[in-house]
Amino acid sequence: MDQIILQFINGLDKGSAYALIALGLTLIFGTLGVVNFAHGALFMLGAFCAVTLQRIFTLSAETIDPTQKDFLGNPLVVKTPYVELWFGPDMGASVIHWSVPLAILFAIPIMLVIGYAMERGLIKHFYKRPHADQILVTFGLAIVLQEIIKQFFGANPIPTSAPPVFAGSFDFGVLLGFDANTIIYPYWRMIYFLFSTVIIAAVFAFLRFTTFGMVVRAGMADRETVGLLGIDIDKRFTIMFALAAVVAGLAGVMYAPINSPNYHMGMDFLVLSFVVVVVGGMGSLPGAILAGYLLGVLESFASMNAVKEILPGIDQIVLYLTAIIILLVRPRGLMGKRGVMED
Amino acid sequence: MSTSNFTRRGVLKTGAIAGAGVALPTIFTAGSASAFTNEPTGSTVKLGFNVPQSGPYADEGLDELRAQKLAVEHLNGGGDGGMLSTFNSKVLDGTGILGKKVEFVTGDTQTKSDAARASAKSMIEKDGVVMINGGSSSGVAIAVQGLCQEAGVIFMAGLTHSNDTTGKDKKANGFRHFFNAYMSGAALAPVLAKAYGTDRKAYHLTADYTWGWTQEESIASATEAVGWQTVKKVRTPVGAGDFSSYITPVLNSGADVLILNHYGRDMINSITQAVQFGLRDKMVNGKQFEIVVPLYSELMAEGAGEAIKGVYGSMNWNWQLDNPGTKAFVKSFGEKYGRPPSNSAQTCYVQTLLYADAVQRAGSFNPCAVVEALEGFEFDGMGNGPTLYRAADHQCFKDVLVMKGKENPTNQFDILEIVELTPRAQVEYAPDHPMFAGGNLGKCNPGA
Repeated sequence: MDQIILQFINGLDKGSAYALIALGLTLIFGTLGVVNFAHGALFMLGAFCAVTLQRIFTLSAETIDPTQKDFLGNPLVVKTPYVELWFGPDMGASVIHWSVPLAILFAIPIMLVIGYAMERGLIKHFYKRPHADQILVTFGLAIVLQEIIKQFFGANPIPTSAPPVFAGSFDFGVLLGFDANTIIYPYWRMIYFLFSTVIIAAVFAFLRFTTFGMVVRAGMADRETVGLLGIDIDKRFTIMFALAAVVAGLAGVMYAPINSPNYHMGMDFLVLSFVVVVVGGMGSLPGAILAGYLLGVLESFASMNAVKEILPGIDQIVLYLTAIIILLVRPRGLMGKRGVMED
Repeated sequence: MSTSNFTRRGVLKTGAIAGAGVALPTIFTAGSASAFTNEPTGSTVKLGFNVPQSGPYADEGLDELRAQKLAVEHLNGGGDGGMLSTFNSKVLDGTGILGKKVEFVTGDTQTKSDAARASAKSMIEKDGVVMINGGSSSGVAIAVQGLCQEAGVIFMAGLTHSNDTTGKDKKANGFRHFFNAYMSGAALAPVLAKAYGTDRKAYHLTADYTWGWTQEESIASATEAVGWQTVKKVRTPVGAGDFSSYITPVLNSGADVLILNHYGRDMINSITQAVQFGLRDKMVNGKQFEIVVPLYSELMAEGAGEAIKGVYGSMNWNWQLDNPGTKAFVKSFGEKYGRPPSNSAQTCYVQTLLYADAVQRAGSFNPCAVVEALEGFEFDGMGNGPTLYRAADHQCFKDVLVMKGKENPTNQFDILEIVELTPRAQVEYAPDHPMFAGGNLGKCNPGA
């Protein structure tokens, strides 16, 4: 029983990353009709916003300490971060420790600009082109972004830790009447789950309760009519693209302590998130969220040893197997609408 | 009227001359005196360095390449000579190999077997290399070793730790200086027993490919021999990213040790996440829960950061060793590149020098002569103490380092400490040991 609860919590946590990325993908697809293969790269750029801020905070003054030796036997160059020199060692250290949460503020304007530039500079030229062209150009862009990051940060993952106050685990077991330490879950992963629900709720509220959101929804349903009413829907869709980039970026920032950022992490998520979008139904925002959590939970359960004893290797194929079954039973996905990508 | 200068006879004549011209090089190379593949005929000899230049191990590949360039520089008499001054075989004198200046070409393995084979093939066929060196994965090493055997060139493996490289997939043209999974187990188990006791229950998470499988087998068997129980062995897909769904079942499995048979990015992620799940703060069976990473590398340790503090593992070599070979190498590498070399850099550097030395001693670049010179070769002064290249399986036998993540590092390179230098005798095994059974070296292939 404890195993099942534990894997369920884990599934929701895994699913929150899938849901966040799939949400951004669906936003772009639903508004602009573009299949954005560079979306994973936006997630990766978000994680590197956290790395960059950490690097900025740890920019150091160098002093030579003759009493210590480096690996060649020369006097050791001691590095002290400027923030520690300016704000004192304790305050400076806590600024560095809090670099990941602070990176949320840092990442929002950066991702907005990146999203805006990407849409205006490249993707808008591909609206009228076939989906295959869009996939090729965005996939190419993803590779270019990856290589740029690798050039600056190297190929090795970069440790980016959460603030030490979130280091421990929360004991669910005690709450549910189990023994202590049977069902524990790391604080940071729970924060990630909460963070993702907040972001998802914010995106839905934005689309549902603002005039801007209403126009965007109208544009998603019937772009031509909205255009005929004299509304510049393209401009709004550009903003939606930038917003989707911010969602992907924030998902990346908060993921940095879970999975040390490396240039390839976006690609690892990209295929998965397309599976999520297809299972949820192309163009359906609630479908993407539902499928994200569903696949996260299924993947977690498939990794249970009891399950693997009956179906060896199921953990490695469960997502694709589910996608096949859902597409056979419901060809439009869980919540897909008639007419999307069917013309 | 046509004013063209083309005539039927003219075209035929030109065609015949061009055809003969194109065929000429093949006539010379195929039919003439060449006794083996890519026999160097001019004043230079070309080596092929096949390392990951893109993909997840690109940083490790970069470090290997630094060491290989340094080896070429030293062979050609440049720099301070590095290990040439400490190597006990004194036939290399800085005038290249057999008087020929050493040149090199590089290939990108991408840490994919097919890409590595393609780049090795291109270096052999287009660039005419006589030896391939480098790589940082056993899947790649086994694939390239097979190719070199067929093509008739020597393969001096880089970082490859699977038992199979010199076990069931061994080849006469292939040589491994790096240690293997069996040796890691033999060196680690007694240290683990001493540190954590003999009554322990281990849970393995294993990368699902040749290296992971052989390491899991080796570590499980070595730890069981000191009294540990193996609770569970779980295979994880390579590049899983998030290992949480594999870590949660560990929590209540009754295990009190987690053994991570992961390398590179997988290891960085799995250990970081295991620590996040509070495994190292947990008490199980009345004991402190522990994590072990049987194969360490400097880059992995750097990537895992805080998570590796106090965690045991093993290495082929480390720059902190106190011997003349190590000191000479660290000095020339450190002065040139501003950082200490990694253990994969050291193995590539040593392999390149060992190849050059074998050619020099054999007096020929013929792969069969090189194989003969390397088989059973005993040497010292290369940083690992007295070392034997065993003839039966082309595996080097030398001391193994047991390492631990340092608790209080003083600088960015000071992340691992040497706990024990396990003597060679303790990690030796018979060539027909069951973990290495099933293969056959076969005959050396000179190609051509």
